[in-house]
Amino acid sequence: MTKEQCTVLKVLDNVPFGQVAGEHLFFALRLERPEWTNWLPGQFVMVRPSGWALDMLWARPFSICRVSPRDLVLFFQAVGRGTRRMATLKSGDEVLVWGPLGNGFAMEPDTPTLMLAGGIGIAPFVGYTHHHPKPWNLHMEFGHRMPLNCYPFESINEKIMGDAHHETSREDLAAFIERMDKRIAEYAAQDGLVLACGPTPFLATVQKLALQHGARCQLSLETRMACGVGACLGCVTKVSDDMTASGVAAGRAQVCEHGPVFWAHQVTLEEN
Amino acid sequence: MDMRLNLPGLPDFSFRNPILTASGTFGYGLEFAPYGDLTTLGGIVVKGLSLAPRAGNPMPRIAETPCGMLNAVGLQNSGVESFLRDKLPKLPWRDVPVIANIYACDPAEFAELASILAREQGIAAIEVNISCPNVKEGGILFGQDAQAAARVTEAVKRVAGDKPVIIKLSPNVTDIATIARAVEDAGADMISCINTLSGMGVDIRTRKPLLANIIGGLSGPAIKPVALRCVWQVCRAVTVPVIGIGGITSAEDVLEFMLVGAHAVQVGTANFLRPDFSFRLVNEFTELLNKLGIADLEDYRGSLRT
Repeated sequence: MTKEQCTVLKVLDNVPFGQVAGEHLFFALRLERPEWTNWLPGQFVMVRPSGWALDMLWARPFSICRVSPRDLVLFFQAVGRGTRRMATLKSGDEVLVWGPLGNGFAMEPDTPTLMLAGGIGIAPFVGYTHHHPKPWNLHMEFGHRMPLNCYPFESINEKIMGDAHHETSREDLAAFIERMDKRIAEYAAQDGLVLACGPTPFLATVQKLALQHGARCQLSLETRMACGVGACLGCVTKVSDDMTASGVAAGRAQVCEHGPVFWAHQVTLEEN
Repeated sequence: MDMRLNLPGLPDFSFRNPILTASGTFGYGLEFAPYGDLTTLGGIVVKGLSLAPRAGNPMPRIAETPCGMLNAVGLQNSGVESFLRDKLPKLPWRDVPVIANIYACDPAEFAELASILAREQGIAAIEVNISCPNVKEGGILFGQDAQAAARVTEAVKRVAGDKPVIIKLSPNVTDIATIARAVEDAGADMISCINTLSGMGVDIRTRKPLLANIIGGLSGPAIKPVALRCVWQVCRAVTVPVIGIGGITSAEDVLEFMLVGAHAVQVGTANFLRPDFSFRLVNEFTELLNKLGIADLEDYRGSLRT
């Protein structure tokens, strides 16, 4: 990594996706293309708009949604102080970006791979799908609470056939879990790969099902981060003893440095 | 200009420049190496070390606040032996002072840790954390009582050999000058202050505290006025060099701390603003001195007109 990977990038545009009660909550933030030579789907960047001054100190972590020859695209939901302010970014504004950070999802071109996404957890799978050399080996099950046009699902369905599950009731959620259970069992039976990204309760469900069926499963953890480089120790997660990555102290690993992607059997999920 | 700091009472010790990084915010230094040249810093104070590995506190352990942050990491670290074996050899310690920050539960354990570090060529100085608000045993209790602070200082000094001993003070006391005088009398070679302020945050919707530990340490620009006041009081109370810490986010802030008497500063939470923050600050500080026509930092230091 070089110093150039902490760079100021211009906003190309900040496109709202869908509407919820007349309001935009989801945005695709398009930035100038950074001078990266390599990145892996599932990796993330830290983003801090230059206009934040000192009232908000931390940058915010975002999965890399897509990188094209022209731009870096991040997909986010305006939920907290930082992301609500980010929703007001406009063309020409400047943001500080460092990355790509973390490890990314496993990619085995010839292995049947099931992508499980919950809500905003769809973001890294856009890059994964478009980066995959044999997308016909991919399938997605996508659970979402907001209208489907709030999410970049179409961008994934350009390449593969995915299934979207709108959750509006407890019954919908139960049906989605049942569907995931069936699919994970199928992929476990053919030694496939199961990848998941979404809120922690969603990941906990996937983890439980994957362990039950003995599926090879990776989870991309979402957590609060201050530095993104392994220093602040604010994003740790409990990991199993067999995870011997250097710098793992007393069973807790930094998600930013040793993740965000972990094998399901190596991690104990904690609610933030 | 030459910014090398020669410190009173320490003829064999110097910092290349007055900008160091604060413990707990710069990892073991290696995390930031991709973003700048570590040897351009005045010194690196590494993440607090304990004798045995510590898992730290449960999550969530950090929270953002207006102009600041709360943390209750609880000194998670992989233990002193692991640091000396796996991290220190990778640091450019010949070209930049590496300062080991230590934490223990009692004076004897502090001494045991210090004696291990005293043998290490790659360690330039030992900073003693008697002020962590996030651990149950020891921690801040040593820093809130003058006699206890002196006992820890004496225990570490007895075994530290030629390594300068820096005592890191807490702002969570009634009279910081009294504690400063006690540790100076007990043999401290330098004093660093301040550690974090005790604070808390709550969420009105979930009705939960923002930190699993409930209470944590507040840092960042929100605490700078408190830090400046503490450093000023400590500088008036002692003759040993003082390192100012607390909310430094600009070259102007560094000068403010020097104006009230600090010899050097440590940059903490600002390292999270961007990973190359401290490296850039060294350059910005030089530019500011040139712009203001300050040719001799020693003349400027402590020249506050009151």
